[in-house]
Amino acid sequence: MSELIASNPAESTATDGSTGITGASILLDHVTKRFPGQARPAVDGLTMEIPAGKIVMFVGPSGCGKTTTLKMINRLIEPTEGRIVVDGEDVTEMNGDALRRGIGYVIQAGGLFPHMTVATNIGIVPKMLGWDKARIAARVDELLELVSLDPALYRDRYPKELSGGQQQRVGVARALAADPPILLMDEPFGAVDPITRLRLQDELINIQEELQKTIVCVTHDFDEAVKLGDWIAIFNEGAQLEQYDTPERILGDPANEFVENFIGSGAGLKQLTLTRVADVALSDAITGRPGERAADVLARIVEAGHGHAVIVDERHRPIQWLSRRKLGRLEVVSQVPDPKLPVVGIRSTLNDALDTMLVSSAGAALVTGRRDMFKGVIDVKTVMDAITRSQSAAVLESDQAPVGLNTGLFQAQAAAAEAAPGESAPGEAAPGESASSTADARAAQ
Amino acid sequence: MWDFLGDQYEQILFSSWQHFSLVVQCLILATVIAVVLAALVYRNSAFTGIANSVSAIGLTIPSFAFIGLLIAPLGFGVVPAVIVVAFFATLPILRNAVVGLSGIAPSIVESARGIGMSRFRTLLQVELPMAWPIILTGIRVSAQMVMGIAAVAAYSLGPGLGGFIFSGLSRLGGANSLESVLTGVIGVVVLALILDLLLVGLGRLTTPRGIRV
Repeated sequence: MSELIASNPAESTATDGSTGITGASILLDHVTKRFPGQARPAVDGLTMEIPAGKIVMFVGPSGCGKTTTLKMINRLIEPTEGRIVVDGEDVTEMNGDALRRGIGYVIQAGGLFPHMTVATNIGIVPKMLGWDKARIAARVDELLELVSLDPALYRDRYPKELSGGQQQRVGVARALAADPPILLMDEPFGAVDPITRLRLQDELINIQEELQKTIVCVTHDFDEAVKLGDWIAIFNEGAQLEQYDTPERILGDPANEFVENFIGSGAGLKQLTLTRVADVALSDAITGRPGERAADVLARIVEAGHGHAVIVDERHRPIQWLSRRKLGRLEVVSQVPDPKLPVVGIRSTLNDALDTMLVSSAGAALVTGRRDMFKGVIDVKTVMDAITRSQSAAVLESDQAPVGLNTGLFQAQAAAAEAAPGESAPGEAAPGESASSTADARAAQ
Repeated sequence: MWDFLGDQYEQILFSSWQHFSLVVQCLILATVIAVVLAALVYRNSAFTGIANSVSAIGLTIPSFAFIGLLIAPLGFGVVPAVIVVAFFATLPILRNAVVGLSGIAPSIVESARGIGMSRFRTLLQVELPMAWPIILTGIRVSAQMVMGIAAVAAYSLGPGLGGFIFSGLSRLGGANSLESVLTGVIGVVVLALILDLLLVGLGRLTTPRGIRV
């Protein structure tokens, strides 16, 4: 996770070929949206930087203005004040339809057109952009492959002939059709069942690893934000940014009570989904083989000071996990696999690993790598250490956070500070000036 | 009866064709007018209300009175007949077009706009095709209704089978008067059935599988 943060300062551009980023940076500059007939603005003086090639998650209670903010990026909702800058270019005044053709847009359930086939749906933006038929057809097949749908099977289907998850995949494919640098997603996985949602999230992560778009995604599900986001923006009413930071830092060092409440209980547990078993140090184990004399194995673990021995088969797959007591009672180690063996894959999250440990009641789990080969043992202590480490690391990583603040709120605070003599008034950081001003902004808050 | 049909064979066919042609042309005209009106009003609830009231109240106007009123300024002939038939044909189509267009899920329109379709393109490529089955139902209702109204419109000496009905009624009791009326009435019913079948076929051909019920 740390290299994700280190790799890309907020100001970097989309054309940075060396990192393979195809996304564009976005800057919301003092953006305000007032809807007619409403006393308070829906979005109030928001300044926010969205770094190129990253996934930024907008979370917050309903009605907080996160969706409004998202829709102002492609100007589906026109900002009342302020500028939208994409990749250094002010797009506030350009033709809205042309702007939107260059930005992918995914909504809940995909928003597919029911009277068009999957292929027509996906090809609609390229068609508007004037691509020829052969190129569109090739692109449609390529995208269906990308979202794990067999083109031959699904190309000519209509949306109602697809499951919810498949519709959502086609929705993503349609948004990616003209290879836009930016993808906006409005609660994209809200309408599918939890299992499908997890799979779609994993797929989005894979697609993003390949494409490195700039993705802005609105969700009300904080766990989804933690799982998908490189950066998470937590909004309060009027699109007040409460905290805009990495998932690690938001979990480890919430900015205020609102953020704490929003995270809910179990921040430590949520952190576990950020780390994979492969990222932590595993303990060694003494291994034995079926057919060995139990006493020999016991002697080995006593010598090593271990409590258990792992019995592996000829392909080094764990089949039993024997305690000293069990070994003491046995004559010869059998080759019957234990069906209740607590095993986790090396790509699982620590969360899954902890689950397995708790179910097995052993306080530890066996880790297997490729082809189920035994890799080592992970125990509760390793997991606890990982939590502590990521919490302390989170406090340190603060430099390269993109700028995000509300000028309305900020000016009010500055004014309040000036009004109170004796207190040092915080210098008003010019928004969007540079990434380093964030530290000042945060200190001022 | 058969003698009458035999004698008037050519006249009946010609009038039937005229009648059919009048109705179909008026339906096309009415569809265009109704869809344009619906497209203008469906996004505004006040205008939508007005459109619905107009189409409801309009249908209560007796067609015979309406054509009588039109004869005074426009004289006899085809013009008042076309106006009356097109007017009544427009009403059910307008109502259905408004219902169809405003029944489209906002999320669909939003996603169309979100991927960069202009307002007009969204209407043309997304909203109208999706509302089409409902609009077509309106056209079928209109077709049935104005078949009869077109017969009444013959009072203004317009074309069609209405001529048989009026000439028969005017000399009721005389030779072949009943046959004449029956020919007109049955002819209208047959034409209505034929047109309805054609419209069902059109619906089959023009409704994509994705939105077929």
